[in-house]
Amino acid sequence: MRLEILRRKSREEAPYIECHDYTPAEKSETVATALTRLNAALPDPIRWECSCLQKKCGACAMVVNGSPVLACDARLSDYKNKIRIEPLRKFLVVADLISDRSVLYENLRQLRCWLPAEAEMREGAVEIGYEASRCLQCGCCLEVCPNFDPGGVFAGMAGAVPLSRLLAELPEAERGELSALYRRHVYAGCGKSLACRNVCPAGIDVDGLLVNSNAAAVWKRLLRRKKH
Amino acid sequence: MKRVVIIGAGLAGLSAALELAKQNIGSDLVSLQPSERAQSVLAEGGINAALDLMGEGDSVAEHCADTLRGGCGLADPAAVRSLTEAAPALVRRLRALGVPFQTEGGRLVQRNFGGQKKKRTAYAKSSTGKAVMTALIDETRKFEAEGLVCRYPHHALAELSVEAGRCAGALVRDTYTDEALLFSGPVVLASGGLNGLFPGQTTGTAQNTGDAAALAFAHGAELGNLEMLQYHPTTAAIPGKRLLVSEAARGEGGRLFVMKGGERRYFMEEIYPELGNLMPRDVVSREMARLDGQVWLDLTGLSGAVWAGRLPDLREELRHYLGLDPAKEPVPVSPGIHFFMGGILVDASHRTSIENLFAAGECACQYHGANRLGGNSLLGALYGGIAAAQSAASRAVERKGPEPVGRIPPEPETPGFPELLGGILYGGLGILRDGPGLSAALDALDALPADTLADAERRRIALGRAMLLSALARRESRGAHTRSDFPRRDDGQYRKTTVAALRNGEITISFRPIPEGGGADAT
Ligand SMILES: Cc1cc2nc3c(=O)[nH]c(=O)nc-3n(C[C@H](O)[C@H](O)[C@H](O)COP(=O)(O)OP(=O)(O)OC[C@H]3O[C@@H](n4cnc5c(N)ncnc54)[C@H](O)[C@@H]3O)c2cc1C
Ligand code: SF4
Ligand code: SF4
Ligand code: FES
Repeated sequence: MRLEILRRKSREEAPYIECHDYTPAEKSETVATALTRLNAALPDPIRWECSCLQKKCGACAMVVNGSPVLACDARLSDYKNKIRIEPLRKFLVVADLISDRSVLYENLRQLRCWLPAEAEMREGAVEIGYEASRCLQCGCCLEVCPNFDPGGVFAGMAGAVPLSRLLAELPEAERGELSALYRRHVYAGCGKSLACRNVCPAGIDVDGLLVNSNAAAVWKRLLRRKKH
Repeated sequence: MKRVVIIGAGLAGLSAALELAKQNIGSDLVSLQPSERAQSVLAEGGINAALDLMGEGDSVAEHCADTLRGGCGLADPAAVRSLTEAAPALVRRLRALGVPFQTEGGRLVQRNFGGQKKKRTAYAKSSTGKAVMTALIDETRKFEAEGLVCRYPHHALAELSVEAGRCAGALVRDTYTDEALLFSGPVVLASGGLNGLFPGQTTGTAQNTGDAAALAFAHGAELGNLEMLQYHPTTAAIPGKRLLVSEAARGEGGRLFVMKGGERRYFMEEIYPELGNLMPRDVVSREMARLDGQVWLDLTGLSGAVWAGRLPDLREELRHYLGLDPAKEPVPVSPGIHFFMGGILVDASHRTSIENLFAAGECACQYHGANRLGGNSLLGALYGGIAAAQSAASRAVERKGPEPVGRIPPEPETPGFPELLGGILYGGLGILRDGPGLSAALDALDALPADTLADAERRRIALGRAMLLSALARRESRGAHTRSDFPRRDDGQYRKTTVAALRNGEITISFRPIPEGGGADAT
C-alpha cells in the first residue's frame, strides 16, 4: 500500500510529502507499526511520539486520511490502498508527526482543574469520576471541534472531561468557583454537535458527562435563581 | 525557593513532587513525555493496602509478611514494614483526592490478587493506574499554579553531574528544541523500569529506555538484583510490544492448555491440582517455559456478564490487536517481561550509593526482593516517591529555575541497535537461564562494535552486561531467577542482594547481606 507522510524537519522549515510503498507483514499492523518499520530503514527517521502502543496513553495522536486517530489504534487493513498521515493541525508542529500539545495543559491550569477540597465519593461520583479519569489528553477532540481554537476561551472536550470529574466529586458547597469556570470555558462555547464524541479514541461518554456537569454547574444555579 | 529536580513524572515522580510541595519545597518535574503518557497509566489490577474492609481480619503484619515471602527473602524487612504500614493511609488519601475506587453500597471494596490470601487490592475497574494518575496529575496542577512545581515535559536526562561520589545536579535536553538546562542540587530519579533493554518484549512502555539508570551506573551508582525480571505468564505479542492478559482472566475461570496428540492438556491443573491456573506468576511462567509448543488460554467458559462487567477492556483489546474474540476461541499466550524488581540500589530512605542522588519507583531496587506481588508496585512507587522526597528535602538548594546552557544536538541512534542488544539479553535472560547461555550472551556483547556506537548506547550495553553478570553470579534459583544448572535455593550463600557496580572501568558483582530488622517473618 501507499503511505503519504507529511514531513517537516522543524517548525521553521517547509512541509513536504514523502511517499512510501509499504507491505504490511501481518494483518494486525497499525500505523504505529508501519512507522516503526519504515524508520528502521530510513536514514532520516520520521519523528513521531508513542509510549504505550495499546491506545491507553494518547501519545501517538495524528491525522490519518483526514481524521484524528491514535497511530497504535489505526489498523492498516481498515484503510484502502492509500493512507495519508499528518500531524494534528490545531497545534504547533514540532517536526514531522509531532505537534506541541502544551496548550492542553495550559488550558487545564487556566480552568483550575484540581480539587479545591476533599472528594466526596458517592456512588454516582465513582462512576462519573471513573469515566472522566479515562481521558488521555490526546487532543483528538480538539482537532475536530468547530469551536475550539488554541488560545481561545473555550477549552473544548479535553477540558470539559477532566472538569466533569471534579464537579461530580466535589461537595456541592465547594463547587462554586469551578462551576463558574465551567460555564465560561465550556458551557458557553460548546455547540453540542458532538463531533468530538465520534473521534474520541477512549470512547468516553462525553454527552453523559456533559449532562452531569451541566446539572451541577448550570441548571442547579438557574433553578436556585428562579426560586428567589 | 528551595528546589529539587525529579527525573520522571510517573507515579513515583508525581508522588515525590507532591511531598516536596507539602513541605513548601519546589520541584522541577522532568519527563520525556507528559504524565498522562507514563507507564503508570497502564496499571490495571490495583493497589494493595491492609484496610481490612472485607471482613477477613487482614492486617499490616500480614501484608508485610506476604510481601517478604513473595520477595523470597531478598526484600529489606524494615523497608517493607514501613511501606505496608503506610499503605492504608495512602489509599485513603487517594480516595480523598477523588480516585474512583470500586465501591459497593458506598463502601470501598477490595479484591484478591496473586500471592496474597486476603482481599487487599483496591481497584478502579481495570484502569487503576490511569485513575490514580489522573487524580495525582490534577493535584500536582494545584502546585503548578502556585509555582511550587514546574513541569518540563519533552525533556530527557542528558547527564548527571557527579563528582567525588556526590551528585550536584542534572543536565536536561529539550527534545523539541535541543535546548539544554542545568538543574543544580539534589536529584531524584523516578524514571521507571528498564524496558528499553528489551524492545518488543515487555508489557510496559518503550519510553522507559533505562538510560537514566544506565547513566547513574556509569557514574558509579550501585545497582541491585538486576537479574530479577518478572515474566508475566499470559501476554500476547502485538505489534511493537506485549499485551498483558490480566491475571483477572484466569481469576474468572480462564484455563491454560497445550495441544498434545490432538488433545488439550490442561497442564497447570494437572501439575497443581489445588491452585491450578492461579499459581503465582513465576511458577506459571516456568511451567510454560518447560513446555514445547504454543500455550493457549481458554476463556470461552466465561459468562457474558463477566466479560461485560469485569473484563470489557480485555475482550476489546484482544479483538482489536489479535483479531480474535476470546469469548469464542482460545488466545495464544506466552510469557513476557512485566516488571523489573532490580534497579538502582537504595536504602530504606531511598538514598542511592551516590550522595545527593535518590531513586524511587520501578527504576529503584526496593521492597520487591526476588519477586513482586501484583498491586505492590503502584504502592511502592507512591510510597517510595514520598520517602525519596523526604530524604531529598533536607538537601534542597535555594535557586531559581534551571540555568540555560546552550544546545545539545540529539545523539545519533544506530539503526537496529536496540533490537540487537535486546535479542542478546533476551537470549541470555530467559525464564530459565544457565551458565553457558549467560556466558554466550556476554560474549555476544563483547562482539558488538562498541566504537561505532553512541555514548548512550554504550551505557546501555554496560547496563545489560551488569544484568547478565548478576544472573551468572547468582548460582541458585530463587523467585524470578531460575538457573537450570542450579535449580535449588541456597539461603546460606545467596539470601543476599546482588550488587553490581562500575569500579575503575570494570563491572564488579558482589553479594550484600539483607539489612536486619525483619524478625522471624523475614524469610
Ligand atoms: C500493563 C501493566 C499493568 C500493571 N498493573 C499493575 C497493577 O495492577 N498494580 C501495580 O501495583 N502495578 C502494576 N504495574 C506496574 C506499575 O504500573 C509500575 O511499576 C509503576 O507504575 C511504575 O511507576 P514509576 O513512577 O516508577 O514509572 P513510570 O510510570 O514508568 O514513569 C517513568 C517516568 O520517567 C520518565 N523517564 C524515563 N526515562 C527518562 C529519561 N531518560 N529522561 C527523562 N525522563 C525519563 C518517563 O517519561 C516517565 O515520566 C503494571 C505495569 C504494566 C506495564
Ligand atoms: S460538542 Fe462540538 S463544540 Fe462541544 S466540544 Fe464537542 S465538538 Fe466541540
Ligand atoms: S476527550 Fe477523548 S479525544 Fe478528547 S482528549 Fe480526552 S481522550 Fe482524547
Ligand atoms: S502509544 Fe499510547 S496511545 Fe498510542
